[in-house]
Amino acid sequence: MFTIIDNGRASQVDERAGTELARRAEAAGRPVAIDPAERVAYLGVTAAERARALSSLEAPDFTLPDLDGRLHSLSQHRGRKVLLVAYGSW
Amino acid sequence: MITVALDRSDDDARPWIESAKPSHPSLIDTHHVLADLYNIVNVPTILWIDEAGRMVRPNDVAFGTDTFKHITGLEAARHLAALRAWVRGEAAALPEARVRALQSLPTETDQQARAEFGLGEWLSANGRREAAARHFTRAGELAPHDFTIRRGTMPMRGIDPMGPEFRAMLGAWVKAGNPYYRPLPE
Repeated sequence: MFTIIDNGRASQVDERAGTELARRAEAAGRPVAIDPAERVAYLGVTAAERARALSSLEAPDFTLPDLDGRLHSLSQHRGRKVLLVAYGSW
Repeated sequence: MITVALDRSDDDARPWIESAKPSHPSLIDTHHVLADLYNIVNVPTILWIDEAGRMVRPNDVAFGTDTFKHITGLEAARHLAALRAWVRGEAAALPEARVRALQSLPTETDQQARAEFGLGEWLSANGRREAAARHFTRAGELAPHDFTIRRGTMPMRGIDPMGPEFRAMLGAWVKAGNPYYRPLPE
């Protein structure tokens, strides 16, 4: 079995299909990180796609959980000014 | 206000959130989704987003208090005053052209580093610590300016992010002429 993590979601495929998916993502210019020994690949997002979104100045939407597991999206705050703060315990 | 902890687990962020007892959403981002979407490379990073969902102040460094001022040299008061004036409508945010000029956009190498981070984070969460460390190291080599990777992965590598390895890394970085924090010039 092979694990493909695409768009943050992990799915199991057979090894041939997994390496083929990683190869195709790479051919499409996406950043791909592979661990052949662990049989897992992570398919990332291109710099061009991220740069296009940021340059539009529209704040990219996201959905993340709080400590109680409740999901919150930035888009729920439309109509109010938002101070977005990224921090870490480290 | 929305706060997002770029942390290994709920438990790493929990003490900070519970002691602050916030009334605003306090979110946990173990996969560094926000770092990838907004090209965030260190913490704290703040952004101002207006009522229409548009970024009117791009990634900046600001602290809410002066707790770390003796280390960072950054005062909270200046940003807080500017933020209050904007929220109250007393001052405009930056014009669009300035926001674009001050934005930092990711390179292909930055995104490759984030893919290596993502793989490492998945491996770490699945108990594959040694394999994870290989990819975290690779990610840090690709994006040496990205401390959400180089410092943020230290807990997943069994390294104290406030300890001697961090201080050595920071020392080498600063000695080479690189700032650890990059606040906006205006």
